Amino acid sequence: MAKRKLIELAHGRSGDKGDTANIGIIARKPEDYPILVREVTAERVKEHFRGVCQGEVERFELPNLGALNFLLHQSLDGGGTLSLKADPQGKTHSTALLRLEIDDSL
Amino acid sequence: MIRIANGQGFWGDSLEAPVEQVRRGPLDYLTLDYLAEITMSILQKQRSRDPKAGYARDFVDMIARVLPDLVERRIRVVANAGGVNPAACREAVLDVAKRQGIEIKVATVGGDDILDRLDDFLSRGVELKNMETGEPLSAIRDHVESANVYFGAFPIAQALERGAQIVITGRCTDTALALAPMIHEFGWSADAWDKLAAGTVAGHTVECGAQCTGGNCQVDWETIPDLAGIGYPIIEAEHDGTFSITKHAGTGGRVTVASVKEQLLYEMGDPREYITPDCIADFTTIQLEQAGPDRVRFTGIRGRPATEFYKVSISYTAGFKAVGSLVYAWPDAYKKARAADQILRQRLDGLGLRFDAIRTEFVGANACHGIAAAEPSPALEPQMSEVVLRFGVRSENRAAVERFTREISPLVLNGPPVVAGLGAGRPRVEEIVAYWPALIPKGEVTPEVNVWPSEN
Repeated sequence: MAKRKLIELAHGRSGDKGDTANIGIIARKPEDYPILVREVTAERVKEHFRGVCQGEVERFELPNLGALNFLLHQSLDGGGTLSLKADPQGKTHSTALLRLEIDDSL
Repeated sequence: MIRIANGQGFWGDSLEAPVEQVRRGPLDYLTLDYLAEITMSILQKQRSRDPKAGYARDFVDMIARVLPDLVERRIRVVANAGGVNPAACREAVLDVAKRQGIEIKVATVGGDDILDRLDDFLSRGVELKNMETGEPLSAIRDHVESANVYFGAFPIAQALERGAQIVITGRCTDTALALAPMIHEFGWSADAWDKLAAGTVAGHTVECGAQCTGGNCQVDWETIPDLAGIGYPIIEAEHDGTFSITKHAGTGGRVTVASVKEQLLYEMGDPREYITPDCIADFTTIQLEQAGPDRVRFTGIRGRPATEFYKVSISYTAGFKAVGSLVYAWPDAYKKARAADQILRQRLDGLGLRFDAIRTEFVGANACHGIAAAEPSPALEPQMSEVVLRFGVRSENRAAVERFTREISPLVLNGPPVVAGLGAGRPRVEEIVAYWPALIPKGEVTPEVNVWPSEN
């Protein structure tokens, strides 16, 4: 069992819908997708974004793209124009998630 | 096969991109996206001051630059540049054509602006509840600045059918701009759900311009060639609903399965249900293949019947905010920035000012990633050359926000040492225009398609 940062196995992009941030992460190699499914659970994401995400975290699977999509509700200080954040649209959330430490054994 | 290009991912995107798209290679359609949610309220304010304003001026300037090329190369244009005043945008474009001695047909797609009908809807029980919070519109009715329905691709396709070379829309979905030419060229019916879903996926892929051709791409970003001359995306669409994403030869950037996947996931909700007025697209059915250099092929896309609703975008004023910042330098940059934050909070408290929200971020330490970014370690902290204290407040009370803006600059002289101001003067007080998403039954509104010079 080896601990690695998720960024070594995945890339991604994030954006906003109102006060909800979306984070898509994609396996760099298709064969690593099952590791993402096992390791990057909604619960772990919620814990990773404690203090940022005030609502629930939903996870969706896209096996065809080797990707997971997360919705982080109530994460953007009201979102859009209401937000006082430097990143009101959650555009940097993707690499924040890619800091996550995971077990990379298959 | 038809080639549909995107030349603008948002209002403020590269002014050169659409020109390059037209001049650098073969193209059938040029699509341009100008309207973000916030844009509609700005345009509504402009129109209230000047009945001939309220649309994207940049679009008219762009048309003036490329109109002879468009005509010569028989490229048709679809843009949501009409904002809240498509008719005025059309007049401006026809003026440009007249001055250049060129005859063109221009269509508008309107009927999306429902600002004047809101009370009628509410009185008839069309609640326009906030899709996210469930609150009724009556909660903010007096603060509404704009209200627009997102129309789909079929009204645009109708305009193309009637011979328009340039189609100017008000609010419509971003994906409709690219889907409409496919409906028109291939004769897709309103219940060809798989094909409509495929065109919608194509539209989603290109709607943010170069964000699918190597821009903002995390995979091997340092090796992506010539970002200065990045090529914007082109859809090569087939009648059966398959398509490829590519870009003009000789342009910078890179189109790969990785660059395209990132964009597919951008602003994604439930990937099985990407809802537009035209269909529901299932993003879990998309099959991608690198079909050549800078070319990704899409197959297998499935769709389901559209819903009975249009989405409505309502903007409303929601108080005031201001954000100020100060740059603290070595030594102890982070410690000083934190101390200044505490001092500022004490002073605001001492003045008896109350805010709906106060937010501090330390740029250089944790502003983007928050808790996910580990605090700079005690070993690292002494090496930090500078930290930006970024401090913001929000309130219904303009006077309180105004007063806050006077409390930042004094810290340069009466707070922790070695600090520089960012920019000049006080932070600006901004009126917040917030966004209210809602649904409306499709039967309540009708798209209006008009073509000039008029037929007959």
